[in-house]
Amino acid sequence: MIEGAVWRKWVFYNIPLILFVFVLLFPFYWMIITSFRPDGELYRPWNAVNYNPFWTNNPTFEHIEYLFEETNFGRWMLNTMFIAVVSTLISLFCGVLAGYALARLNFPWAGSLGTMIFITYLVPQTLLFIPLAQIIRNFELGDTPWSLILTYPTFLIPFCTWLMMGYFKAIPKELEECARIDGASRWKAMVYIIIPCAVPGILSAGIIAFTLSWNEFIYALVFLSSPDQKTVPVGVTSELIRGDVFFWGPLMAGALLGSIPVAVVYSFFVEHYVSGLTGSVKG
Amino acid sequence: MTVTAVPGVVTRPTPRLRRLEDERWLALALLMPTAILLGLFIAYPFFEGVLLALTSQRVGVPGGFVGLQNFVKIWNDSIFRTAVWNTFWYTAVTTVFKLGLGLWLAMLLNRHFKGKALVRAFILLPFIIPTVLSTFAWKWMFDPTFSVINWALFHMGFITQRINWLGDPDLAMTSIIVVNIWRGVPFFAISLLAGLQTISPELNEAAAIDGARPWNRFWYVTWPLLLPVTMVVMLFSVIQTFADFQLVYVMTGGGPANATQLFATYAYQLGIGTGLLSEGAAISLAMFPFLFLIVVVQLLYIRRVETR
Repeated sequence: MIEGAVWRKWVFYNIPLILFVFVLLFPFYWMIITSFRPDGELYRPWNAVNYNPFWTNNPTFEHIEYLFEETNFGRWMLNTMFIAVVSTLISLFCGVLAGYALARLNFPWAGSLGTMIFITYLVPQTLLFIPLAQIIRNFELGDTPWSLILTYPTFLIPFCTWLMMGYFKAIPKELEECARIDGASRWKAMVYIIIPCAVPGILSAGIIAFTLSWNEFIYALVFLSSPDQKTVPVGVTSELIRGDVFFWGPLMAGALLGSIPVAVVYSFFVEHYVSGLTGSVKG
Repeated sequence: MTVTAVPGVVTRPTPRLRRLEDERWLALALLMPTAILLGLFIAYPFFEGVLLALTSQRVGVPGGFVGLQNFVKIWNDSIFRTAVWNTFWYTAVTTVFKLGLGLWLAMLLNRHFKGKALVRAFILLPFIIPTVLSTFAWKWMFDPTFSVINWALFHMGFITQRINWLGDPDLAMTSIIVVNIWRGVPFFAISLLAGLQTISPELNEAAAIDGARPWNRFWYVTWPLLLPVTMVVMLFSVIQTFADFQLVYVMTGGGPANATQLFATYAYQLGIGTGLLSEGAAISLAMFPFLFLIVVVQLLYIRRVETR
């Protein structure tokens, strides 16, 4: 890097970076502070005198208590967790196998199948939700976690496959050939030699798939109806707003607690997450 | 399963695992689970959606075949036209800002400083935290009476009247654009940062020694090398933004007076809210030609950039 005077470094690098970080993180700070602020402080007009919105001296747990006592929030968390974990596992299973086939096997149509997977990767959920809702109803899956567990892989599998293809292509062919010369079958070479080499990729794909299914909204909104079955994003949206009244304290507490599982998984595997994200755009 | 006479494979009953020695059979077996799930929940609903859009079905009313009537109807629907215009505006403005700010942030991060890993981990938060949940934080920040943004602007002396962020049609669109940019910038920044890191610093240094100004170094050295990554990132972002639903659903629900209605929110409102299933399906499907065009154009462009 070309170094200049100290003030230049501040003006051109440090101050813009601090501003970026501030703007990107402020909504989360606001979420946290609102979750612990009593209602009496929350609902004070923006131009009230002596009002300090950025801190509270009377932290309270009333909003979190409300969530667990008056709503099914605990249930929503378990539902979301179950759905996210199972659909991630299904997608990883399918994606690893398909990625291996597309990256390392010679067979007719391999190229066009790869392109097809890439195209489905780009199909947004909002394109198909209405006919899909009817299909879910015809299969009698409506209002069950399985309606989501089986449909989430439609956007997770293409992603996992695409990412895994990249990882498999990077593993040298000689590794597999050695195993084959030593007498391993194709299947065994894949399961015992190649897939273990791709574990970092599988981890990346799994983490991103988990956050994506935790984030999904429109399918969960349309396919689930009873309060017991809802996922966190849908439950918070439908049960904490009554008509025009927003329960902002519990809403923010729900948003905060609902973000924690994703944030924890992310914080443990930041490097895997970033490498997966950047791997997925390499194309 | 029948044993087909493939040249080179002995046609006698072979144990199942032996058959997997043939690459074609193995590929078939490995792709089967994916093909079943994607066929059942993408290809089949797409086909069903097209059929549904050609009928007059509503909730509880089976309805008959009506041809292209639904498409004619939405074509003449002024709200649909608003939604189309809004979607294009929303996509175009957010993409330009996400690219510009994302690139800027990527360049700020592309150097060594203390706590770089931590900063990088934190700035991705808007992208990984569930959109609905973080959008609620923004909705609370934009609240007409208790807005912290109004509070800050008031105390800095910029305003004396409150600003009704989500109640005014023009401001509501600007507000959802701001939130979308906020959510998308980290993705652009991290992906472009990865692209920047693959560019050898020697290229820039050589250009500097030859007397190139910083702007020229960026425009003639960095930018062309970054273009392939940029195009793929844009492709994902444009499609996700074009088909966006959750952010707008939470912030405004398409209002006020349809000022923020997008394809997806309008399809939801008609198809699920009002129960006009076939019309909702038609509106969703109306996205398809646009999405298809975006994908084709960008893929062709990416191919051209990569083979150059």
